[in-house]
Amino acid sequence: MRRFRHALMLFVLLCTLFLAACGGSTSSTTSTATTAPAVTTLNVFAAASLKESFNVIAAKYTRAHPNITIKLNFAGSQILEQQIASGAPADVFASADQTTMQKAVDAGLVGNSQVFVKNRLTVIIPAANPGNINTLKDLSRKGVKIDIGAPAVPAGKYSLQVLAKMAQSSNYGPAYENAVKVNFVSQETDVKAVVNKVQLGEVDAGFVYVTDVTAAVSNKIKMIDIPDNFNVIAQYPIAVTKSSAHSNDARAFVQYILSPEGQAVLQQYHFIAFNP
Amino acid sequence: MSKSLFLSRWPARIFVGVLAGCFFLFLGVPLVALLFHEPPGLLWAAMQRPEALQALQLSIYTTSVSTLLTVLFGLPVAYVLARMQFPGHDLLETLVTLPTVFPPVVAGVALLLTFGRFGLIGRYLTPLGLSIPFTTPAVILAQMFVSSPFFINTAKAGLEQLDRRYEQAAYTLRASPFYAFRRVVMPLIRPALLTGIGLAWARALGELGATITFAGNFPGVTQTMPIAVYIAAESDLDTAVALSVVLLAVSFGLLLALRIGRGRLVG
Repeated sequence: MRRFRHALMLFVLLCTLFLAACGGSTSSTTSTATTAPAVTTLNVFAAASLKESFNVIAAKYTRAHPNITIKLNFAGSQILEQQIASGAPADVFASADQTTMQKAVDAGLVGNSQVFVKNRLTVIIPAANPGNINTLKDLSRKGVKIDIGAPAVPAGKYSLQVLAKMAQSSNYGPAYENAVKVNFVSQETDVKAVVNKVQLGEVDAGFVYVTDVTAAVSNKIKMIDIPDNFNVIAQYPIAVTKSSAHSNDARAFVQYILSPEGQAVLQQYHFIAFNP
Repeated sequence: MSKSLFLSRWPARIFVGVLAGCFFLFLGVPLVALLFHEPPGLLWAAMQRPEALQALQLSIYTTSVSTLLTVLFGLPVAYVLARMQFPGHDLLETLVTLPTVFPPVVAGVALLLTFGRFGLIGRYLTPLGLSIPFTTPAVILAQMFVSSPFFINTAKAGLEQLDRRYEQAAYTLRASPFYAFRRVVMPLIRPALLTGIGLAWARALGELGATITFAGNFPGVTQTMPIAVYIAAESDLDTAVALSVVLLAVSFGLLLALRIGRGRLVG
């Protein structure tokens, strides 16, 4: 037992040393990196659905502008708005819906906002298709398990709007909307949770953005398109915060996102470019 | 007692007092901040919202069942670990504590991969028409998974500290194992059991990540109080704070009751 204890202590000691060595090496690399004069850090708060595209945009931008580093913070738009309201140091805020951005404008957190990209909804099903879903009509079949964002989440709100539009059409009608709603098994706190449950095959279908069908999951899920006349086009607004200490740099970054180069990256990730 | 002797010296008293005082403040001030975030009228209004009541009801129901089941299954586990030596004992002991370090979402995914439609066990349940995810039993399973280590470890510590001669004396008087356990062991480790029940119950009540991943969020079926708070925080922070104050008040009351009950039994 005592020998075991000694071995354990040695193990812990080695781990500590190893971590200390790692920490040392990273700090030394950063110190050499910061020898360049006056690097400005921009804190960009962006909706969860922008994760993949903004990572690429930020990498491209910092490569072209070595004096700028960009720190990205991804979460649900509402959560970001609350973080900024509580004094989190944000320079740029990109929201997945106008409602949340309007909240930030009303609270005096940001200046003028403008739409920089658009997104649309789709129905996704597991690749194995356990619920045997082939058309939107199949979603109303009894016993189908459907996952959706909570009504407080933009994606959830848009999904309900899609169903409301379908209820208006003679092809589907109010009975369809009700039958689909009965099949909801869960209301997730963010749209990525819907993707996870579909990916695991625990639900038969889910309502998400087309941009959520990323390369990482595209072989595990299939899409069923929602036609334009029922679809909801989500508008993503972006704004520079009033508390930003580098508002000129922040504005330049926003301009880059609006530029053809920035829009091209967003389109790669299935976003719809904005029309100025 | 040595503790009071230590505290009878002034320097020691100041030293301990300052450190303990700082920590009480560290734990207490955030609670006070929550309480005074909004007027009591708003708290009262939030409490009476139907979804709040529904979530509170579900939380109390599920945590009661999960705590009962934890005691039922956890007590034998604690007994085996405390009283028997066998190969793999240390391994099992570590395994039992592991759920406390699981990141909550991972715990939920692990449960889905076990009891889900394509899970290791779930795939045999599906043909029988049994589906666990997105149901109230899923909430209970998630709570048990994350909270049982608190009960098992406390009960085990109680059993380890208990002098085995009491139990052996009962056996020499021809008591059956069950009788000896119920009438001799249980009363002696009751404080440890109650502490463990309190800890496990509190952990189950606060459980969010595993539940939302494994059981999802549906009002009245799987939307427990912490999930209701989380969802409310997405759109309306004031309601979220009000709901969490309700949750904290209920937990505080129950934990205090358990503590008083424990004190009475010991005294």
